Amino acid sequence: MRVRRRRFNDVPDPAGNGLLDRRVFLKGGAGALTAGAFMAFASSDAKAAPGEAPAGMKVPGAPLSLYGSPATFEREVTRTLIRSQPGTTGAGASRTPLEALEGIITPSGLHFERHHNGVPTIDPAQHQLLVHGMVARPLIFTVAALSRYPMESRIHFLECSGNSAVMFGTTPPAQTCGQTHGLVSCSEWTGVPLRLLLAEAGVDPRADWILAEGADAAAMSRSVPMAKAMDDALLALYQNGERLRPENGYPVRLFLPGYEGNMSVKWLRRIKVTDTPTMTKDETSKYTDLQADGKSLMFTYPMEVKSVITRPAPGLKMTGPGLYELSGIAWSGRGKIRRVEVSADGGQTWAETALSAPVLAYALTRFRIAWKWNGAPTVLKSRATDDAGRVQPTRDEFIAQNGANAIYHYHAIQAWRVESNGEVKNVYA
Amino acid sequence: MSTRKAFAVATCVIVLGGCAGAATRETSNLGRAATPAEIAGWDISIAPDGRGLPQGAGTAAQGALVYAQKCQACHGEKGVGGPNDRLAGGQGTLASKTPVRTVGSYWPYATTVFDYVRRAMPFLQPLSMTDSEVYAVTAYLLNLNGIIGEQDVMNAETLPKVRMPNRDNFILVQPWKPRGQ
Repeated sequence: MRVRRRRFNDVPDPAGNGLLDRRVFLKGGAGALTAGAFMAFASSDAKAAPGEAPAGMKVPGAPLSLYGSPATFEREVTRTLIRSQPGTTGAGASRTPLEALEGIITPSGLHFERHHNGVPTIDPAQHQLLVHGMVARPLIFTVAALSRYPMESRIHFLECSGNSAVMFGTTPPAQTCGQTHGLVSCSEWTGVPLRLLLAEAGVDPRADWILAEGADAAAMSRSVPMAKAMDDALLALYQNGERLRPENGYPVRLFLPGYEGNMSVKWLRRIKVTDTPTMTKDETSKYTDLQADGKSLMFTYPMEVKSVITRPAPGLKMTGPGLYELSGIAWSGRGKIRRVEVSADGGQTWAETALSAPVLAYALTRFRIAWKWNGAPTVLKSRATDDAGRVQPTRDEFIAQNGANAIYHYHAIQAWRVESNGEVKNVYA
Repeated sequence: MSTRKAFAVATCVIVLGGCAGAATRETSNLGRAATPAEIAGWDISIAPDGRGLPQGAGTAAQGALVYAQKCQACHGEKGVGGPNDRLAGGQGTLASKTPVRTVGSYWPYATTVFDYVRRAMPFLQPLSMTDSEVYAVTAYLLNLNGIIGEQDVMNAETLPKVRMPNRDNFILVQPWKPRGQ
């Protein structure tokens, strides 16, 4: 995949190091500076002769279809780095190709996967959800019943807490942006607030937790604080307007905005209201953060403020000096993104980027800034701040605080080195 | 009564009904009552104090046979050296540069071993073992890690009393406030 450069005029360089005023693409007199200066296309051998109408204008096109697919020319845009436990095919992860995407919504078919024993096939007519434990009225809900409750639609990211774990390693990974950072995706989720069902069941006031359990072959289960369950927890039935994809929990999943992805239990079959955490395997032996001193942090739920430049990024190649638009995503499990700054000189100077609307709590936020690359090797970085005032740490700061063994919740500033030949590499800088 | 008046009266009744029911929060009320038998069949989770543990019992000696048949291919002889997660050893490594997280070195609750093995193992046939087989395999793993003796019987009474070596090394982060505060 390559990045094609458009022509540009000389423009002022107020931020230094080639980072330009964020409105440069909109200013008058810079007609050649149209937005969308970055494009990545697979080249095609069949070219029409100059002035001749393209072949597609001379014959009828493809027929109507029942369900659309991406263009055949985009077949290389797929989930990436599929890895499963030895001897298994469905106990691992696949990742979103972040460098190939734009905007904030991840296509449902490219949403990352993390399964613990494959994707179950579930007939929605047979599936049931049990709500029981410390409740006045244990209840069973069919999917048809759930579908009659009042719903909410919200745009939220989901991030596996093991996202970017490879960055704990001693050498920077030779991987694409999606391979290192693609365990985050963002969708519009529509479903029923969990508090409605809990209210219907009548929660014992002494209950402080719920256990959520999936109908997969791992019966994946996590404990969730009652405060979160009663606040913004959603029983999601739809993703990006259609029923959930099987690999995202069809026909119903729990969704906990901002929390580590593992807690948003897919294929939800059971909610047990309890007085204590159940201490399941995935909240004790896994998804706990081992610190350098041998102690472990437990119940580290919110995903921390984080960002990454997706264009340019490893997996894309630049094709010479000129004007580019840097584009990336930022998110925080503690609220909205307030600011994203970018450096084009390895962190010596920073310029504030433009945030593309909408800027939503617990959602990916798209940031952009114009950058005139002079062709010399340099290091690009992005640094996000959320509305709680939390700022991404450097990698050194993060490891100094958390050690190199934590595995989970890596969220440090990411550096991409741009080589003079246009290659983009993951570096520790 | 005109149609419009009738509608107004009806609206008042609905509003009043809504107000009267507000204390309990109105819902769509589409859940059906779950029977105790249904709940018993669905409820497979075990609390850290042992609530939910079933009848049955097993020892490490018995568990060795089950392990050899159903676990060893993936987890290795005596919980070490298999292609999948290592289950034994690693004590004393957690603060090193190469920590080894196993049942013995890392897991804080013995009840979790029973809960997880019963719901998710063996990988190709989850939910296939009897409760006594699960107790026996749990006992075997605890014995491999030097936590209980080879003949110690694990059951609903004894398992929750097992003190795991790494239990006190977890720092609970509480990003939420208990309700009512």
